[in-house]
Amino acid sequence: MIEVNELTKRYGDKTAVDGLTFTVKPGIVTGFLGPNGAGKSTTMRMILGLDRPTSGTATVNGRPYAEHVAPLKQVGALLDAKAVHTGRSAYHHLLAMAATTGIPKSRVDEVIDVVGLHEVARKRAGGFSLGMGQRLGIASALLGDPEVLILDEPTNGLDPEGVLWIRNLMRDYAAQGHTVFVSSHLMSEMALTAEHLVVVGKGRLIADVSVGEFIEQASHDSVRVRSPRAVELHDLLAGPDVIVLSVERGAFEVTGLSAAEIGDRAANAGIALHELSVQKPSLEEAFMELTKDAVEYRSEVSLAGKAA
Amino acid sequence: MSTIALHDNPLRVTQRRVVKSEWIKFWTLRSTAVTLAVSVVVFIGIGLIAASQLGAGSTGQGMGPSITDPVGASLAGSGLAQLAFGVLGVLFMAGEYSTGMIRSSLAAVPKRLPVLWGKIAVFSAVVFVVALVAAAIAFTGGQAIAGDGGASWSDPGVARAVIGSAFVLTGSGVLGIGLGALLRSTPAAISTLFGVMFLLSGIAGLLLPDSWSDALRYLPSNAADAITSVTTSAGSLGPWAGLIVFAGYLVAVVGAAGWRLRHSDA
Repeated sequence: MIEVNELTKRYGDKTAVDGLTFTVKPGIVTGFLGPNGAGKSTTMRMILGLDRPTSGTATVNGRPYAEHVAPLKQVGALLDAKAVHTGRSAYHHLLAMAATTGIPKSRVDEVIDVVGLHEVARKRAGGFSLGMGQRLGIASALLGDPEVLILDEPTNGLDPEGVLWIRNLMRDYAAQGHTVFVSSHLMSEMALTAEHLVVVGKGRLIADVSVGEFIEQASHDSVRVRSPRAVELHDLLAGPDVIVLSVERGAFEVTGLSAAEIGDRAANAGIALHELSVQKPSLEEAFMELTKDAVEYRSEVSLAGKAA
Repeated sequence: MSTIALHDNPLRVTQRRVVKSEWIKFWTLRSTAVTLAVSVVVFIGIGLIAASQLGAGSTGQGMGPSITDPVGASLAGSGLAQLAFGVLGVLFMAGEYSTGMIRSSLAAVPKRLPVLWGKIAVFSAVVFVVALVAAAIAFTGGQAIAGDGGASWSDPGVARAVIGSAFVLTGSGVLGIGLGALLRSTPAAISTLFGVMFLLSGIAGLLLPDSWSDALRYLPSNAADAITSVTTSAGSLGPWAGLIVFAGYLVAVVGAAGWRLRHSDA
């Protein structure tokens, strides 16, 4: 369980994190979503006591992180893959980390196997690829068999097989009753992993909802209808709060009526339907919709394209 | 996962464990052994060369004053060795910042100060032993080369100078650790160390008016020299006063480093 309360971080006159309040519960994967520069990493660093909040508090399992007697047992964190001395081997890095807390050597071998770094564990971490560095970071995070996993963009630099692996690892970990808090700027990634979302933009909380609610909240569903008697059906559906948009010959998208209502009206009029499907907006679209005012660095061209 | 639960000792961070962690960190970098070896070779090598010049110097060719002192000659490498050990100290601490390792270190030990104490403890123990052995070899070898003109361990001030040089070398390294933690940059910390231990005394001597010359003996490098000299030269601090002044600088720098480590974002 992570509890963040009115957390604020200012660098000079720039506010990186602005009064964030949210709770990350055990048993599910919680996604921490926001555009680059939204304050996700800073928030995670404050939870771990690496950065000092300007105001507000962050606690892990009821206490500030630094006040736990065995912090690595409470939280395993992957903040960035480069938090390793480039001159030291992966094995010795993990051994030194484990030694601080009295974690036995056998556990070091165990996590090396779990992340699949056995072959290169004795090589200098400086020569690791981004993906290998990411795996080493995850090995460090798992070292203390922690209650809480905090992972900042863990899929960065991983190949598809690695992405799948980390996704399963997070879900399994959460299923064991642990807390998993994972940041990403990619909505599609979160859609496949997270059950709950904490969405931030420009350091402020935008949404704290389940993935399902998030989509509902961000955009209205539309229903795609196809019928050989499209014109008749069109007249049947028309109404004050209903928008009907022609998509192609014989098909249109309806907003403002549920699929059930459309189906019932068509049936009553004896009109055959060849398609009746709810069009869920993609998570990426929902995310863009929600954060469009909170993007710090935007490329006008691509956003103009999205808005059209 | 059960391996952890079955372990006898409860999982918790203790200063002893942090020292062990720092011990592992110290010895698992190739640069440690290399820098230690270079420091020892420089220290002993220069001492032996200086000792071999001792006879030549006494023929009245006007060599430096230290060359007439067999103890000083055999320990003549301590100046460069101070820099080498100092660099080792800087690398040990500032290397964590330049690589990003510090975030892993402080996530494991969020109280932070135990990391600094652990580094200083491991570094001091290793470097003091290494420097003491090197100083003993340099002294013994130097006196053997000097032959009849050489000093002996039982001569007044000799043991203190030899042990003192090991202390000063260790102190330079600790200064390196402190500067590394304070400045968080390897080049900045090495430049500062070099400036303080090598340049400051000379520059101050050139720039300051004569009436200030009394103050020069309180500079770190001059205080350190006082510890390692067998005889106290005019205008220098006595060995014990030098020790206190030098230790004072260490306490000040390490104290400032601890304050910054504790209070700044990692």
